Amino acid sequence: MDLSTDYLGLKLPHPFIAGASPLADDLDRVRRYEDEGIAAVVLRSLFEEQIRNESLAHHDASFRHADAHGEASSYLPDTEGCVFGPDEYLAHLHAVKQAVDIPVIASLNGCTEGGWIDYAKKMAAAGADAIELNLYDVATDPRRGAAELEASAFAIVQSVARSIAIPVAVKLSPFYTSLPHFAQRLATAGTKGLVLFNRFFEPDLDVEALEVRMHMDWSTPHELLLRLRWLALLSASIDVDFAVSGGVHRPLDAVKALLCGADAVQLVAALLRGGPGTCATLRDGLSDWLHVHGYDSLAQMRGAMDARHTEDRHAFERANYLRLLQTYRLA
Amino acid sequence: MAKLRPVTIDANEAVASVAYRLSEVAAIYPITPSSSMGELADEWAARGKTNVFGSVPTIVEMQSEGGAAGAVHGALQTGSLAVTFTASQGLLLMIPTMYKLAGELVPFVMHVAARTVATHALSIFGDHSDVMAVRQTGFAMLCASTVQEAQDLACIAHAATLRARVPFVHFFDGFRTSHEVCKIEPLGDDDLTAMVDRDLVEAHRRRALTPDRPVLRGSAQNPDVFFQAREASNPFHDACPQIVAETMAAFAARTGRSYAPFEYHGAADAERVVVVMGSGGSTVRSAVDHLVAEGEKVGLVLVRLYRPFATQRFVDALPATVRAIAVLDRTKEPGAPAEPLCLDVMAALQTAEQEGRTAWSRAPQVVGGRFGLSSKEFTPAMAIAVFDHLRQPRPRHGFTVGITDDVTHHSIAYDRAFRLPIEGCTEAVFFGLGADGTVSANKNTIKILGEETEQHTQGYFVYDSKKSGAITISHLRFSPQRFEAPYLVQKASFVACHQFGFLDRYDVLAYADRGATVLLNAPYPAEEVFDRLPLEVQQQIVADDLRVFAIDAAAVAAAAGVGGRINTIMQVCFFATAKVLPLDLAIRSIKGAIQKSYDKKGEEIVRRNFDAVDRALQMLHEIRRPTAATSTTRRSPTVPAAAPEFVQRVTAAMLAGQGDLLPCSAFPPDGTWPMATSQWEKRGIANAIPVWDPAVCIQCNKCAVMCPHAAIRAKVYAEPDPALPAQPWRGAEFAGQHYTIQVAPDDCTGCGLCVQVCPAKDKTNPRHKAIDMTPLAPVRDRERARFAAFLALPEVDRAAVQKLDVRGSQLLQPLFEYSGACAGCGETSYIKLLTQLFGDRLLIANATGCSSIYGGNLPTTPYAVDRNGRGPAWANSLFEDNAEFGLGMRLSVDFLAARSKQLLRVLAPLLDAELLVSELLTSEPRTEAYIASQRQRVAELRTRLASIAVAEARELTMLADYLVPKSVWLVGGDGWAFDIGYGGLDHVLSMAHDVNVLVLDTEVYSNTGGQASKATPLGAAAKFASKGKAVDKKDLGLMALHYGHVYVASIAIGANDAHTVRVLREAEAHKGPSLVIAYSPCIAHGYDLVFGGDQQKRAVQSGVWPLFRYDPSQADLGEPPLVVDVPAGTLPVAEYMRNEARFRMVEKIDPQAFKRYANGAQTAAARRIAVYQHIAQLRFPALQRPTPEKSGE
Repeated sequence: MDLSTDYLGLKLPHPFIAGASPLADDLDRVRRYEDEGIAAVVLRSLFEEQIRNESLAHHDASFRHADAHGEASSYLPDTEGCVFGPDEYLAHLHAVKQAVDIPVIASLNGCTEGGWIDYAKKMAAAGADAIELNLYDVATDPRRGAAELEASAFAIVQSVARSIAIPVAVKLSPFYTSLPHFAQRLATAGTKGLVLFNRFFEPDLDVEALEVRMHMDWSTPHELLLRLRWLALLSASIDVDFAVSGGVHRPLDAVKALLCGADAVQLVAALLRGGPGTCATLRDGLSDWLHVHGYDSLAQMRGAMDARHTEDRHAFERANYLRLLQTYRLA
Repeated sequence: MAKLRPVTIDANEAVASVAYRLSEVAAIYPITPSSSMGELADEWAARGKTNVFGSVPTIVEMQSEGGAAGAVHGALQTGSLAVTFTASQGLLLMIPTMYKLAGELVPFVMHVAARTVATHALSIFGDHSDVMAVRQTGFAMLCASTVQEAQDLACIAHAATLRARVPFVHFFDGFRTSHEVCKIEPLGDDDLTAMVDRDLVEAHRRRALTPDRPVLRGSAQNPDVFFQAREASNPFHDACPQIVAETMAAFAARTGRSYAPFEYHGAADAERVVVVMGSGGSTVRSAVDHLVAEGEKVGLVLVRLYRPFATQRFVDALPATVRAIAVLDRTKEPGAPAEPLCLDVMAALQTAEQEGRTAWSRAPQVVGGRFGLSSKEFTPAMAIAVFDHLRQPRPRHGFTVGITDDVTHHSIAYDRAFRLPIEGCTEAVFFGLGADGTVSANKNTIKILGEETEQHTQGYFVYDSKKSGAITISHLRFSPQRFEAPYLVQKASFVACHQFGFLDRYDVLAYADRGATVLLNAPYPAEEVFDRLPLEVQQQIVADDLRVFAIDAAAVAAAAGVGGRINTIMQVCFFATAKVLPLDLAIRSIKGAIQKSYDKKGEEIVRRNFDAVDRALQMLHEIRRPTAATSTTRRSPTVPAAAPEFVQRVTAAMLAGQGDLLPCSAFPPDGTWPMATSQWEKRGIANAIPVWDPAVCIQCNKCAVMCPHAAIRAKVYAEPDPALPAQPWRGAEFAGQHYTIQVAPDDCTGCGLCVQVCPAKDKTNPRHKAIDMTPLAPVRDRERARFAAFLALPEVDRAAVQKLDVRGSQLLQPLFEYSGACAGCGETSYIKLLTQLFGDRLLIANATGCSSIYGGNLPTTPYAVDRNGRGPAWANSLFEDNAEFGLGMRLSVDFLAARSKQLLRVLAPLLDAELLVSELLTSEPRTEAYIASQRQRVAELRTRLASIAVAEARELTMLADYLVPKSVWLVGGDGWAFDIGYGGLDHVLSMAHDVNVLVLDTEVYSNTGGQASKATPLGAAAKFASKGKAVDKKDLGLMALHYGHVYVASIAIGANDAHTVRVLREAEAHKGPSLVIAYSPCIAHGYDLVFGGDQQKRAVQSGVWPLFRYDPSQADLGEPPLVVDVPAGTLPVAEYMRNEARFRMVEKIDPQAFKRYANGAQTAAARRIAVYQHIAQLRFPALQRPTPEKSGE
């Protein structure tokens, strides 16, 4: 079965790629995924803010006590190579590129315009085959409206896309007033792909200690439904590549995403949970489904259920909702 | 050969650079002020820098200086070129090996930053008492007097030793030269290569011990041959001075810089001559030039080659006209007829006289004098006083200069007001705070001026003894002409005060010359600044016509986001106002330095500092100078009027920076010092302090137990005080009483640990806790008043505290308070707790290190006394001997207790109090109730003894307090317990004596700057392990546990305070040796210590720091003696590691190495836990524990 797909201009033998996560932190694990047939790998996001904060903290920890006492001018070794910047990430990116033949996609979350562009350029120089811009941001400032935030994001994507030659994808959250409008704008800004969706760290509460606890659960197939809707809607009208991220655990999940227009399927929790062989299981399952259902290739099936091809264009938008409500009332 | 550009460095770096490039093996051990030489060597080796022979030297850190000497001995004997660096006690520890090296004619150089040897007190500063203690070893001794000379003589020593086959001590004055930053001509590799004869290196190699050409060295010789064989080496020592002179000549031919074993400077017909060695020589030279210009017949002999002492060369160096000689020694040998250099001069002259090899008709008079002990200032005025003294017909032999000796009247007077101007020299003084970066900025300024201009530059930096809130005073000079001035600036044309509060505490403007420029960092608008100044400061500004500029550097720093580091801001203002360099060039240079210094730290740091530089100029203003002082406020008294007489007379002078003026009579002659003086030094260094909200507090006292400075306290009391917020005490034992938590606003360092650990949150606003950090200024006066009222409350009755847990222990008065330790120090909360639990019967033997510095470094002392005058008796002997020192205390205390019991038994028939005697002689568990009742019995005993007129009664009256049990604690860091003092510690633990050991384990040598110890964990970057320590830390607890009779425990107060309190009590109760290893977060771990408690929790949860207790008495009960108290292994070790820069920087440098280390540490933690858990399952037969022969109990 021909499972090949194009994603961000990358020719992939099948749509399953490792999504942005700590999975790719370890070179040996990346090699193992390649051996198991994963089509591409996305590195975890480089968070500019983290780098800035850590460099400030380290600077403070080492310089606060410098030249302050007669017995010691410093308390930590002055070590060459201990550089606080993106270098650690870039070195890892470079090492991954050296270690495997599959495409390697870098992921970036900036916090300054300079950071977005500069780090993206460095990632490209370090050998990334593409860059996924992670627009992860929790809007907290009541003075900044949606239009302003979207304009800012648009500007960032446009600047980055113009400053590097490799393809740029944007990983979005579902929380936009008009996702199609924003997605369309991003397409005009130069992005080659959209990744649906980012999953947020969701703070929980420790009610005994009255403290906020940060945690992140693995995705579940339940989360796929939201993604299916937006894949179906956006892929029908916006001419960029799409990847689904979050909720694909079983072959049938992948089938649904692909039917709704996904060009690539990002896996994280499935790989973590399923361990070795997950990729092969999904790939074979997809292949079997296509075969059983009489498709000759993935290309033939891809997007078959997007908003253009469903009987009712609005089915993804409101009808389902009404029907469910009605069902509920009747029950 | 291309001439190298001048460099601006200190002598340690200059010397280390030469030593590194001419050596193959370096074995080192950190000791102030020499540490940086070894550190630099280690850094260079880590970077792969090669020596002139094209290889990277091997650098090893040993467990002590004795170990370093042994290691270089082995390396030298097997054909390598070896080197070491040391000072003071370290040099003394090398002495036995030095005899060997000299006796075996081994070419070798050790570089010594000469430092005071501890006597009545430790001092980290410079004099020649250490080097003079090795003059008898057979080493050649070459002394440098300037930074340039230190570099050059280092090279000459390395070259000469190969030819002479006599090992060399090359030394220079600690701090004064070792730490003076100065512009010098560097030596290139080609210079060093040219100076070192490869044939001689080969000859050294050929003498190597090797099984391919075996020989034997180190035989034992008998009376028949030893003497002759010892004399057989004479030709080598005889030839050495000539070799040194020839090497100096070869060096001069290559570099143009001439040196001689003895150098005369002064009038050709001088009648009065001073002989001196080291940096003091430069001062005397200035005085000579001044006096000769005034027509006086004076001169100087500067001694460079002190050993072998070349008699004829010395005599030949003196002018034939000399009538009187003063030999200045920078050391003191009590009881000697003269100090060592003086003795040598006298002997040399006598010998030459007898042999008829002198040029004069009448032998000159020779007197010796002492100067400059412990870096005491030695100024041209003092040198002139010495020359003046030599005019007298009978100058005093054994005089001192620079102090006022009103006890034995040896001192000679000098003109304190005299200043010797340095032609064309600009002098500047900067007052800064340790943490504000003033010194770093000034080092950079010196570098900029040295490297961007033709100016000659000098920077010297004076620090106080505190590790938090320390004051620094930078002394900078620059001049178009070369100059030597190894003494502090006396009057400056530029004075900067980087902390406005200093103007109220110190006479900052005393340094200001008439018409000087003054730069103030003032947190006020420019137009308000003058009015904010104390009257005295205003008066001086007006009277001396000072031009004053001000900037609100904190505001600039805040706007630019550079935190408390105002260094670059003030540096810009210096260049803008002092006008020593075109401003645009200065700004470019400052930015260049920022880029270079901070590039590795990240672009954001660079950007913010650039921003600070740009903003600084906009915010700098010249302030108006009225024609008269108008302020109604004067500078505050240094100490409150309520302080005791000694504090008023002595401590206050020291605190005000006037200690130099105190006469000898001010001081106890044996180093004994009064307790509890830190309470009078109200430093007010916190920007924010905790403020208590009784409505939220749950009375857990965790804030108090965690506080490193005893600056937040709890009290329970019967009579309410309207001045104090309070809440009813919750608990049965003090039912109906009141409870208050109070901060000491002027003593708090603002570390925030108390707030971080506070578990009590406002139910409607959890951000608000029972204590919140609050800006100091608005609440200072209120909290001062409250703290005064709090102190006035009665202390709780120790015996009334039924439950000595965390809560109960914090009701007891801390007898260790307001030390100068770092804000957030991880050690001091343990010590404070120790003094709360046992303080009124506590003896502490304290190993040298951080704990001896914050414990006993003057001006003030943090160990305190209770209302009965009792408190911890504390002493520091050395670094290496602390276990033995503490054992000696125990032996003595036990002996005196036994003696008092013996006397009591003898006197029993006369006392007529059978029950009293019986109870006094009965040992009971050492509870507070027992201690209190025993003290009452002792008091009653004394009453009865008063009426018994026999000698034994008088003796028992004196000794009776020994009937109350004493608690002996041996306290020190991991450097002591794991490394240098381990042999002694192990021996003490192997015995049965009732000593308690508290190891404050910071996992590095904290005091000397974070060098690795055997306690440094796997993967941690530390000095001498800059890429991460490759082996895991020694498990000291497990090693001690194997003795079986030793109580052993591992504690971490931030992870489990209840466990800590329990362990300290159990350790003290254990009748035998106890070892408690305490996890102590440190600034060398590289994170904000406000998170010290959280990080301790992570250490415990990850299994890196298991909490356990091994109590031998449990075996007697049939229980496993080992209890692992907290289940570990619930957190990946890597998560613990990633929170500290010491580990994280390894990951930054080499992620794969970090991964290996993290995996290794995870495995090691698992293995450790497995071992402990296994032992915790074991029940042992009851141990036949050894008992001491004599016991006071």
